[in-house]
Amino acid sequence: MPESRFASFGRFRRSHEFWLLIVILVLCASLGAANGQFLTMQNLFDLLTSYSFVGILALGLLVVLIAGGIDISFTATASVAQYVTLTVANAYGANWICVFAIAIGIGGALGALNAIFIQKLRIRSIIVSVATLNIFYGLLIFFTGGKYIYSLPDWFATGIFWFEFDWGKDTSYGVNLQILALGFSFLFTWLLLNRSNIGRQIYAMGGNTDAAQRLGFHVFGLNMLVYCYMGVMAGIASLVQAQLAQSVAPTVLVGKELDVVAAVVLGGASLMGGVGTVLGTFLGLALLAILQNGIILLGVSSYWSPFFVGLVILISVSATAWSQRERRTRSARP
Amino acid sequence: MRNESTLALRGRLIRFAGSGTIATLMLLLVALWLVFAITIGDRFFSVNTLQSMAFQMPELGILSLAMMLALLSGGLNLSIIATANLSGLTIAFLLTHYIPGTQGIAWAGVQVLAIAAGFAVAALVGLVNGFVIAYLGVSPILATLGTMTLCKGLAIGLTRGNVISGFPEPIVFIGNGTVLGVPFALIVLALCALPVALMLNATPFGARVYMIGSNEKATRYSGVDTRAVLLKLYVLSSLLAGVAAVVMLARFNSANAAYGESYLLVTILAAVLGGVDPFGGFGKVGGLLLALIILQVISSAFNLLNLSQLLTLAIWGGILIAVAAVPHLGGKAPR
Repeated sequence: MPESRFASFGRFRRSHEFWLLIVILVLCASLGAANGQFLTMQNLFDLLTSYSFVGILALGLLVVLIAGGIDISFTATASVAQYVTLTVANAYGANWICVFAIAIGIGGALGALNAIFIQKLRIRSIIVSVATLNIFYGLLIFFTGGKYIYSLPDWFATGIFWFEFDWGKDTSYGVNLQILALGFSFLFTWLLLNRSNIGRQIYAMGGNTDAAQRLGFHVFGLNMLVYCYMGVMAGIASLVQAQLAQSVAPTVLVGKELDVVAAVVLGGASLMGGVGTVLGTFLGLALLAILQNGIILLGVSSYWSPFFVGLVILISVSATAWSQRERRTRSARP
Repeated sequence: MRNESTLALRGRLIRFAGSGTIATLMLLLVALWLVFAITIGDRFFSVNTLQSMAFQMPELGILSLAMMLALLSGGLNLSIIATANLSGLTIAFLLTHYIPGTQGIAWAGVQVLAIAAGFAVAALVGLVNGFVIAYLGVSPILATLGTMTLCKGLAIGLTRGNVISGFPEPIVFIGNGTVLGVPFALIVLALCALPVALMLNATPFGARVYMIGSNEKATRYSGVDTRAVLLKLYVLSSLLAGVAAVVMLARFNSANAAYGESYLLVTILAAVLGGVDPFGGFGKVGGLLLALIILQVISSAFNLLNLSQLLTLAIWGGILIAVAAVPHLGGKAPR
């Protein structure tokens, strides 16, 4: 009998995450060898900062996918949260806590609206979120006229900067607002999914909704929580993005939904529900980030970056499907 | 007696249309027509308005047909817009680089060849989609997300995001010309919708597509080569995107890697509004066309009322939720 630790490593070795990790390590090693700039702390911190928006949204979407649903409307939710929050902050003044409270409130409320449409009107989540994406975005642009906000409060422009380090002569890096929010989102999502009773219920519900309902799960409550969580993440991500961009642009975020979907599903989350991990999502995100960053560092025109991203998505999902198929046919034969 | 015959007629109408959604959509269309007739008046029924509606519908219509085919089998095709742009750019590149003279058979031949090359590119993307989905067993949303990004990347990489423009007269005619007052693009839409409708309703292939959409495993076990059907279906879907590419580049007299990106989710919206089940198995071309007319009527009316096109998007979204909710409000339809 193999030891349990050995067995669990064996399970990990066969998992989607393991292969992603190998690909990422190979990619990192070759990029590091090809370009000395890649493995510097500065570059890694820059990567984390610039991918925090997609990362936070990916964590929200992960929870929705595990619960067996899908949400496409989060970019519109983020646009609304961003615009309203910073308009209020500009008009009445607010501190960090207020700003986050407003953005989270708006995100959560719009998420709740999705959950109500899905559960009470019994419409499929993909239809609802395609519709609400258009509704939120259309109304936002209609009422704002699509105008950008450039003048943000001073304290917002400065951002948050912890543990500053000096690196070389002029460059300094530290834990900024983006990395902080990304870190907390990862931690909180991990706790929710792996260390709470609710997390287990979400996995169970995504695996088999009917069974969950018959077991007496509060399906409406769980779905409400899941879509609100997605909305809250969209609210947080929107502030992180606004602080990084130093402006609020209502038209910029919508259209990036599929980037987030790509990160989550590359990380092994299934669109059928019940499957997906926080580690996988992190690795999927890392793969996309490193790939795009690497292409630029290697001096390839950034025009080509979507081509390589598409290629990697296609190869990666094909390889995963192929290996699962092989395993199925092998286990089918005694 | 009269009541009975109206009932029979209604039953036949519903059977003809395929589902109860059609009745809802018909009512909605009539209601919208009345509302806009009152608020806008004669301008709404002018030849100009009707013609501009007929000019705008075909692009979205053909792309929605492409999306619908994938939806019917329980899949999704996110790559249609990127495919259309890539094949549009292929056509545009050939047209602007290899035009010998301005008259004669060679000139016409190049145009035909250019369009054929565009279709070949589209078919190739469809083959990749179909192979990865049917034979490797990748979920359609992932596979087409990959090919979408890949095609977009190729188009952007090769053109550096630039526009290719300036095409010969016959090509421009496809998008802007009229035959007896009917926009040629609308005829192209009809030439796509009719065969697709016939294929779905009257051929064994169509029946298999619906069967796969309802239950793929059961269909395979009943002896249907589901993989071959899916492969063909995704190639067809891609070819329709290729037709949309011709209409699009003809209408704008230019091609670009980023045209029509906002259409992607709208095609899903149109198909679902038209009664296509996003999880497969149900939906008719007639419903889709009706949904397209409804979306176009709203868009044109808002245009005449000087309302933002983005408000149109919001209303489209609202109508989708309303129509999708109708069967459930009565408590009749199971989930």
